[in-house]
Amino acid sequence: MDKETRRLKRIKRRYRGEISFRLLSISAIVLAASFLVFFLSDMVRTGYTAFEQTVVQTEITYDADTVEIPQLSVSEEMSDLVSRGFLRLIPQMVEENPKLMNTTQTQWVLAEAEVDQYIKGKPNKLSEEEIAHIDSLKKEGKVKLVFNKWFFTNGDSKLPEMAGLLSAVIGTIYVLILTMMFSVPIGVMTAIYLEEFAPDNWFTRIIEVNINNLAAIPSIIFGLLGLAIFINLFGVPRSSALAGGLTLSLMSLPVIIISTRAALSSVPDTIRQAAQGVGASPWQVVWHHILPLSLPGIMTGTIISMAHAIGETAPLLIVGMLAYIPTAPTGVTQAATVLPAQIYTWSGDSLRAYTERTALGIIVLLSVLLLLNAVAVVLRNKYERKW
Amino acid sequence: MLKVLLYFLIGVLPLCYAAFYIGRKKARTGELESGERFHSRPAHYGWYSVIWMAVPSLAVSFIFTILGSSKIFKVPFTMHITTILLVAALGLWYAQKKITHNLRARNFIEKTIKVMLITASLVSILTTIGIVFSILFESMKFFSQVNFFSFITGTEWDPDTAFLEGAGRDASNAAQAQFGSVPIFAGTFMITTIALLVAVPVGLFSAIFMSEYASNRIRGWVKPILEILAGIPTVVYGFFAAITVSPLVVKLAESVGLQADYTNALSPGIVMGIMIIPFVSSLSDDVINAIPQNMREGSLALGMTRSETMKHVLLPAAMPGIVSAVLLALSRAIGETMIVVMAAGLQPRLSWNPLDGMTTVTVRIVDALTGDQSFDSLETLSAFGLGFVLLVITLMLNIVSSIVIRKFRKQYV
Amino acid sequence: MENNIKMKSDNLNFYYGNFKALKDINLTFPERKVTALIGPSGCGKSTYLRCFNRMNDLIKGIKVEGGIYLDEQEIHDTKLDVVELRRRVGMVFQKPNPFPKTIYENIAYAPRIHGLVSKGSEMDDLVEDSLKKAGLWEEVKDRLKSQATALSGGQQQRLCIARALAMEPEVLLMDEPASALDPIATQKIEELIYELKERLTVIIVTHNMQQAARVSDYTAFFYMGELIEVGDTSTIFTNPTVKKTEDYITGRFG
Ligand SMILES: Nc1ncnc2c1ncn2[C@@H]1O[C@H](COP(=O)(O)OP(=O)(O)O)[C@@H](O)[C@H]1O
Ligand SMILES: [Mg+2]
Repeated sequence: MDKETRRLKRIKRRYRGEISFRLLSISAIVLAASFLVFFLSDMVRTGYTAFEQTVVQTEITYDADTVEIPQLSVSEEMSDLVSRGFLRLIPQMVEENPKLMNTTQTQWVLAEAEVDQYIKGKPNKLSEEEIAHIDSLKKEGKVKLVFNKWFFTNGDSKLPEMAGLLSAVIGTIYVLILTMMFSVPIGVMTAIYLEEFAPDNWFTRIIEVNINNLAAIPSIIFGLLGLAIFINLFGVPRSSALAGGLTLSLMSLPVIIISTRAALSSVPDTIRQAAQGVGASPWQVVWHHILPLSLPGIMTGTIISMAHAIGETAPLLIVGMLAYIPTAPTGVTQAATVLPAQIYTWSGDSLRAYTERTALGIIVLLSVLLLLNAVAVVLRNKYERKW
Repeated sequence: MLKVLLYFLIGVLPLCYAAFYIGRKKARTGELESGERFHSRPAHYGWYSVIWMAVPSLAVSFIFTILGSSKIFKVPFTMHITTILLVAALGLWYAQKKITHNLRARNFIEKTIKVMLITASLVSILTTIGIVFSILFESMKFFSQVNFFSFITGTEWDPDTAFLEGAGRDASNAAQAQFGSVPIFAGTFMITTIALLVAVPVGLFSAIFMSEYASNRIRGWVKPILEILAGIPTVVYGFFAAITVSPLVVKLAESVGLQADYTNALSPGIVMGIMIIPFVSSLSDDVINAIPQNMREGSLALGMTRSETMKHVLLPAAMPGIVSAVLLALSRAIGETMIVVMAAGLQPRLSWNPLDGMTTVTVRIVDALTGDQSFDSLETLSAFGLGFVLLVITLMLNIVSSIVIRKFRKQYV
Repeated sequence: MENNIKMKSDNLNFYYGNFKALKDINLTFPERKVTALIGPSGCGKSTYLRCFNRMNDLIKGIKVEGGIYLDEQEIHDTKLDVVELRRRVGMVFQKPNPFPKTIYENIAYAPRIHGLVSKGSEMDDLVEDSLKKAGLWEEVKDRLKSQATALSGGQQQRLCIARALAMEPEVLLMDEPASALDPIATQKIEELIYELKERLTVIIVTHNMQQAARVSDYTAFFYMGELIEVGDTSTIFTNPTVKKTEDYITGRFG
């Protein structure tokens, strides 16, 4: 072999190396992206069925006996198919609407979870006879799937067909409002001080280092802090939205400080000089010029930190926010739960019917986060100024 | 909360406005009557009055509330209200007395605002100190009962019997509770190692793709898409790991004749690895991009291919940044909780087999604190002991990571 | 000098940390005259200029020794508020820096925070008057509500002058006000400075000697933080007494 062919061979080999390296890098991206697709489609596949819920048509007798023992209000063969949760509500319904008393109504009522699973073609624990019975009812058109409004209007329940997100959503709103109330003012004020007023000394530097490290501490540690300080030291009720909000606000604080500082420092010094040059006082410079100009940046940062807070679970578990909450809390010191904690408790339940609800809960959670992030992106694109 | 809001709206706000109005009016008429220009604008004198009226009375109210909730002395409501109003009136009166043409109201306001800003900063810094001290303090309680050395080296973790001793049985009668943390840290180590094995290659090659092969437009798409991975709540990953990945792993293991637990370390490890891909890829991409263009050109001008340039020039130059990214990802993985709580086991087990069920530090913390243990039981305290070690480890990783990246920045930026 | 002295510095020393940027500067500025500060870049002209409205206060680690007087009053005196000082001593910067607000708002801002006029027609008049003084009125009178940042560089700089004039200052500091502008815009600014002299005292920094010769009555030459020579502009440019001044003016260094 002469020198020339060896050289050519070498070049070829090097080009092959180039191509395989490139393929490797592309496949990394493809792998990551396809995981995302797989993951999202898996959630949708598991969860979309929970958008619908099985109802059965049956005759319901309202009288003194059935108010006493609600199971008697439907025929014996139907009583296994109808949700016990619905039957339990009968005394209350009669109380609210006395005209029902001593009547028999033909109604569509919520089906029991196993029936629901069977109708949706999922594994279930029904016996042969029950299945035959349901099939015959189905032929008569007495079983159907309808939009699962209960999922959005009910709180948690020990019966999967009755379980809904409402109390978790309300708990999340409470916690979020509290988190913002504590962390946004303090965070923004801290950022303004550090960026616009603080002298450059050791104390300022300590604060800065601290805040940067705070942002990288595992969230569960904040839970431990919340437990030790807010609950044990200050006596904030365990499981309450207040405990959760305080804990999360400590977590959001560094994020808000850092993003607000970035927004403030992106306003060029020429603006500060211009304002000072016409005799604006330090606070007037900030209030009239710097803050309005950095507001979109501050808001974007705040929204993103709130999106983090919404998805956060671990510290909330530590402060007890995984309680069973069938009805929405009405105050910040009452026991409450939040969306991700509700997802966590459902996912741990052995009843299969909870699985699709967990996944639907996840879809709801992800949609909320998507929405928030979209708002942040729009805000940034619309108001971001290039200096 | 509503009550507080209402109290604020109908009580505080109108009073503040009244004070503002009085102060401003005094300055305005003062300017007109004397014909002398006041030092500050009339509105500043308004705010001056507000501050003198509101701050002392709110402070009194705050002290009363603290007194009441700490049960030292419960101030009756009517007394509370009348005292506040009295203090407010005094403050307002004082402010009006002070308003003259050479009172520097604006400077006073500026100073007040500055004090408020400093107070806010102090609250921020107190949280850090609070975190360190509260966790240190609680873990001290733990380590006063459990030998630190045996905690670090022991291989048995068996806290369940701890309550017996607390319940009054003497130690010889009860099975001794054991707090050997080695299997817990081993589990953490196993799962984070698996996560890094997933995240480092995928993240690094993604970064290489974005910085070297992708056009700006594609990079503009790919980077945010990858970053979605870090934005998905961890409870969602946990569900995915437990419901989808674990059964898959068990099935795959069976098909090659292996036995896998449903709580195996592999599934949470893989899922956690996916979660931290963006930590590796985004920072590495930034770092590779920060390397000066002339290094790249120098290598290409010698006839190197792009991949050779990458391997022999860019990656070595970017190494500190990449190391820092990996350290950050590692710290994130160690502290990650929900994925392991939902998909890993509860039982501490020392094993080299990733298909075995294992537990981690964060799982033990959650497990210890979500039971019905009383707060000062040894098991609860053990959570703080573990949390303390976790805090120290992650803080060290962050500090090392930021030192490494600062060195890199000094060199190139 | 037959005029009143509007501002002066007495044995002024200025430090950035340990670096002494101004050494023992004694200089007076006669009322309603234009004084130009010239000298090679880095000699401390801007630093000196910014002493007069205490704009250097913002920089960390500075130290001022000696005195600066505005109408016999020491400007660091606690009786004189820095905000009031800056109202009386306006400043125009090297790069035009309008607020990212409307043209109207740019002018109205300072009078408003200083409470010089009340809102409404009085303010409208002041805005119009200031823009006229800065020779910008004809160009912008139909778009007072549009963004100031949309103006051209020269217009922006005249807007900044108008913004300063709206405070009715007694002294106007200008730091190379035309260095970022094209020749035509520069000429307009120079004409403007000439007119301003009727109303107020101007101190202008420039590295352009023709400009100094054209617009100023007095010229001070700085070198390495020291005041080398000061005098009538015509004298300085035709017949300087110090060799270094001669060298600089004839372009032998700098
Ligand atoms: N903020 C600052 N910190 C430290 N040194 C400075 C600062 N500003 C200017 N200097 C130094 O002070 C000297 C004078 O600068 P300057 O007044 O801007 O000069 P000129 O305007 O004449 O070009 C220069 O040597 C410059 O490096
Ligand atoms: Mg200069």
